[in-house]
Amino acid sequence: MSHRFHHLLAIEPLNREQITFLLDQAKPFQEFQRYPLKKLATLRGKTIALAFFENSTRTRISFATAASRLGADTMSLQAESSSLKKGESLIDTVRTLEAMKPDAIVIRHSSSGAAEFISRRVDVPVINAGDGTHEHPTQGLLDALTIRDRRGKLDGCKITIIGDILHSRVARSNIHLLSKFGAQITLCGPAMWLPRELECLAPNIRRVPRLEEALDGAEVVMALRIQQERLHEPSLAADEYILRYQLTPARLRLAHPDAIVLHPGPMIRGLEIDPAVADSLQSCVLEQVTNGLAVRMALLFELVAGSTDPQDHAKDSAHASH
Amino acid sequence: MLLIKNGRVIDPSSKTDARLDLLIDKGKIAKLAPSISAADALSLDAVGCIVAPGFIDLHCHLREPGGEISETIESGTQAAARGGFTAVCCMPNTQPVNDNASVTRSIMERAASVSPVHVWPIGAASKESKGEQLAEIAAMQQAGAVAVSDDGKPIASARLLRQVMDYCGPLGLPVIDHCEDSSLAAGGVMREGPRSVRLGLKGMPAAAESICTGRDVEVALLSGARLHIAHMSTRGSLEHVRSAKRRGLAVTCEVTPHHFTLIDEDVQYDSHFKMNPPLASREDRDALIEGLADGTVNAIATDHAPHHPASKDVEFDRAPFGILGFETAIALALGELVHTKRISLMRMVELFTTGPAHVLGKNGNSRALAEGSPADITLFSLDREWTYRAADSPSRSRNTPFDGRKFRGGPEATIVAGKVVYRV
Repeated sequence: MSHRFHHLLAIEPLNREQITFLLDQAKPFQEFQRYPLKKLATLRGKTIALAFFENSTRTRISFATAASRLGADTMSLQAESSSLKKGESLIDTVRTLEAMKPDAIVIRHSSSGAAEFISRRVDVPVINAGDGTHEHPTQGLLDALTIRDRRGKLDGCKITIIGDILHSRVARSNIHLLSKFGAQITLCGPAMWLPRELECLAPNIRRVPRLEEALDGAEVVMALRIQQERLHEPSLAADEYILRYQLTPARLRLAHPDAIVLHPGPMIRGLEIDPAVADSLQSCVLEQVTNGLAVRMALLFELVAGSTDPQDHAKDSAHASH
Repeated sequence: MLLIKNGRVIDPSSKTDARLDLLIDKGKIAKLAPSISAADALSLDAVGCIVAPGFIDLHCHLREPGGEISETIESGTQAAARGGFTAVCCMPNTQPVNDNASVTRSIMERAASVSPVHVWPIGAASKESKGEQLAEIAAMQQAGAVAVSDDGKPIASARLLRQVMDYCGPLGLPVIDHCEDSSLAAGGVMREGPRSVRLGLKGMPAAAESICTGRDVEVALLSGARLHIAHMSTRGSLEHVRSAKRRGLAVTCEVTPHHFTLIDEDVQYDSHFKMNPPLASREDRDALIEGLADGTVNAIATDHAPHHPASKDVEFDRAPFGILGFETAIALALGELVHTKRISLMRMVELFTTGPAHVLGKNGNSRALAEGSPADITLFSLDREWTYRAADSPSRSRNTPFDGRKFRGGPEATIVAGKVVYRV
C-alpha cells in the first residue's frame, strides 16, 4: 500500500492507512512546536502559494506558519486584492500563480469542488484548505490527531457534532474520517440543517435534533460555528439557537464523563458554546490550533519534500537548537 | 432526383416498418415502393439504415441574436443536421429576447440563408420574458413562430399563464413552460439529494419542478388551451401530466436525452453535468423512461444549450446551466431506450417525429413518408459503432458530458426538402 499523495483534496477518497500515515507523520511536528527555535531547513528554497479566495485568518496563518517553520517561503493571494475582482477566471488566476513556480498551492474557496477543479489543471500539488460546503480535510486531520491524543486511539469513538451540519465542510471531513475508523456519529442541530441525506455520507450516522438526547454518552463533542453568511434560506434567530443548541456545562454533563470538546473556530462565546465549556479542562480548542500546525507541516513535508523521514529533520533541528 | 435504396422504412404515422425504396423529386417524395429503379436519379444506398420521417427538435437554443460567441443560427443548425434533425425549434431567450415580430423575422431570414434545416422559432410568452405583459404573440406567429415560452424560467405567475393560454388557444399556438418554483429552487445548482449533500452543492428539490407542473395543469384545466411541459425531469411532473391526459386536457410533455441517460449520482465537479432542470434521481429517471414507453411523454427534445468554453470552465456553482444536445440525441435514444428494449424502434421514431409534430399542432401526416409529402428524411443506423468527439462539432461550443463516449447506432444522413444536408 502506497502512502504517496499528490494532492490533498478531500478526506473521503483516503483510506485508513493513508490517514494513519499522515497522523503519524504529524507526531514529530507536534513535539517540534515546543522547541525554542522553531525553524527547519527541510523545505528551504521551496515556495508555497497560499491562494485564499475566501476570507480566512486562522487557516491561512496556520499554513503560512507551517510553511515558514519548515523553511519554505510563501506567496499569498488574498480575495480582496485578487484579480478575480477584476473579472479574471479562477483558472487564469491560479495558472498565473503556478507560473511563478510554487511547489504547492494551498487553496481556500467558497465554491464546493474548487480545489479539485484546480488540481486537474495544474501540475503542482494542491491542498484544499476548505472548499465551499464540501470539505476541509486538514481540519479533519487535526481533529483526528486531537481525538487520538486525548483518547489514546481513534477507533470506535462516539462523537456528537452540533450545528449547521448541512452547510459545514468541517462536519463532512470529520464524518468521512471518523467513520473510516468505526465511529458512531451523532449529528445534531435544527432539523432544516439536518436532512436525511446526511445519513448517506457514511455508515453509522444518526440524526438527533434534540441536543440533550444527542449528547448521551458522547466521548467527543464538536460544536460548529454558525455560518450565517453561507445560508440562502431564512436564518434562525440567534436566541432560538442558544435556547436549544448552546453547549452548556449542564448539557455537557449528559455526555461521557471524560468527553472532550472540540470547536473548529472561530468560536463565538455565548452563541454556540458557553464560555465555561470553552475554558473547561474538557475543551481542546487550543490544542486543535497547535495540532493544526503539526498536521499542516506534516502534509507540506509529505507533498513537497518527498520521501525523507521527518523525525530525522526534527531531531537534527533539536540538536541544532541546543 | 434522389433515390434512397435498400433502407428499412419506419413511419409511425402509418405504422409502416418495411424494406422500401424512396424516390425524391423536386423536394417531395415522388414514389415509395419495394424496389424502384431510376437510372437518372442520384442513388443513396441506405442498406442497414432506418429511413424515417425528418426528426424534429422541439427545444433548442441557437443563441443568435446576442450570444454568437456560443452559437449562431448557422453553427447550431449545422450541428442539428449532423444530429439527424430536419427541423429545430429555437427558444426565445436570446438578446434581445424574441418577443416581437422583427426578431422572429430576423431569425427566419437568417435561417433561410444559412440553415441546412428548418428553423421554427418559439416566441416569448411575455415581453422580454419578464412575466409582466404579453409579448406580441400573434405578430410573431405571422412572422413564423410556432409556439410561445419564457423558457429559461417559468411563466411567472398563474395569472399570466392563464392569460397567455387564453390568448394562444384560438391562435392554435401551444404554450411551452419551463416548470420551476423559483423560491424552492433558489440558489440550487443540482438536484437535491444524497449526491448534492455529499458534494456540498446547493440542491434544488424535485418538488420545485413538480409544484409548478401541478400549477400549470390546473391552469390548463381553467383555460382549456394547449400546454406543453418542457424538459420534464421528475416523477411528480409526470404524474401531473398523466392525470391531465386522463382528464382529457391538451397537455403534452417532452424529456431530454440527458435526463433519461444520466442521474444525479453521475454529477462530478465538472460543469458539463450542470443543467436546468438538473439531473434527476435514479427513481425519477426510471419514471421518465416509463413515461417514454407508455406514451405519457410526447417527444424527445434536446434542450441543446451551447455555452462557450470559457463560460463553462469555471467553478461548478458559477457555471451557466446547459449542455449540447443535437449530435448525441439519436445515439442516446438508441443506446438507453431501444437497445435496452425499454421502447420499440417505432416508438423511438414517433418520439422524434409525429410526437413533436402533434405538440406543435401539426397534423401527423405532415411528417408521413408518403407520395407528395415534403422530402424531410432522417437516416440512422442501429449498429454502426462510433465515438462522439465534441471537438469535431460544427457547434461553437463544447459543453457536453458525452465527449469521447462510444455509441452503437447514430445519424447517417439528413435530408431536408429533398437535399442531402448531412451524410456521415
